[in-house]
Amino acid sequence: MSLMDLFRKEEPSTASVAKERLRVLVAHDRLRHNGPDYLPQLQQEILAVIRKYVHIDDQDVNVQLEHQGNTSVLELNVTLPEEAQD
Amino acid sequence: MAKVIVITSGKGGVGKTTTSAAVATALALRGHRTVVIDFDVGLRNLDLVMGCERRVVYDFVNVVQQEANLKQALIKDKKLDNLFILPASQTRDKDALTIDGVERVLNELKETFDYIVCDSPAGIEHGAHMALYFAEEAIVVTNPEVSSVRDSDRIIGILQSKSRIAEQGGTVKEHLLLTRYNPERVARGEMLSVTDVEEILAVPLLGVIPESEAVLKASNQGVPVVHDSDSDAGQAYEDAVARYLGEDRPHRFLERQKKGFLQRVFGG
Repeated sequence: MSLMDLFRKEEPSTASVAKERLRVLVAHDRLRHNGPDYLPQLQQEILAVIRKYVHIDDQDVNVQLEHQGNTSVLELNVTLPEEAQD
Repeated sequence: MAKVIVITSGKGGVGKTTTSAAVATALALRGHRTVVIDFDVGLRNLDLVMGCERRVVYDFVNVVQQEANLKQALIKDKKLDNLFILPASQTRDKDALTIDGVERVLNELKETFDYIVCDSPAGIEHGAHMALYFAEEAIVVTNPEVSSVRDSDRIIGILQSKSRIAEQGGTVKEHLLLTRYNPERVARGEMLSVTDVEEILAVPLLGVIPESEAVLKASNQGVPVVHDSDSDAGQAYEDAVARYLGEDRPHRFLERQKKGFLQRVFGG
């Protein structure tokens, strides 16, 4: 580090931003390309069911499939809009 | 038994052809009978990097289509007697390669050579698929940069699902080669580090090639960079190939060079 660096504002390094973005992206890509073919359709149908009750956007449902040893875990994350939570 | 190695990356411009030329030359320098094949049909460049562009008469597509035999198409390296180049066609398109045709050529090459190095085109289309389909091992060339890392992950997925070994239930042995690495920028937090890329891709590291002026100098002259044994990049490729052949060599060129006192005070 040089003397000049001391006067610069502390920000997360661009390399760590890159790493974090890649971590998310690569996990997402792997699921899409290597996951079972039915996942996108499953996601669409779950969306349709939830939309019968509350209005949500496409990106409010997140489907993840993780393999841990012999078991596979299907993780479903639905972000409900503010007004629907009470 | 001959070994088929594909040099691949997904993304273009990361150093596949430079790496193919360097790896093939380093293997030959260590006494192995080696052939390097340019799979980039339509955009032939390996011949330039190897410095044999004026000696191309027949090419890989001619051999695949049985318009010429291997003996006519193989070009002997200008320095090494045990190194041969099979250039790509400049005029045909990538569909000129067929699975059966490529397999026939590879089988014939296996009778004479120890190592068959396949320089894959960029992308994930037909040409890249032809290059990786028969691979037994893969060197995945990656730059410490987001789009390159992402594309490498994609190509690793394709190797493990679409190659013949994968179809038969096996796995293609993968090696990560990080190129255009700049330790200075890594130290400043401006570039992904070796560890970052290793963590994301989860492929064993074969080597790190520093960003180096020697690489452009080498391609300017058509002399693979390993012949420049004083250069950092040349030595790094030599190390990587030694490691590939089972030697235990520590990684070099990962740290920035020590700076003088004035540089440390004023930066830069």
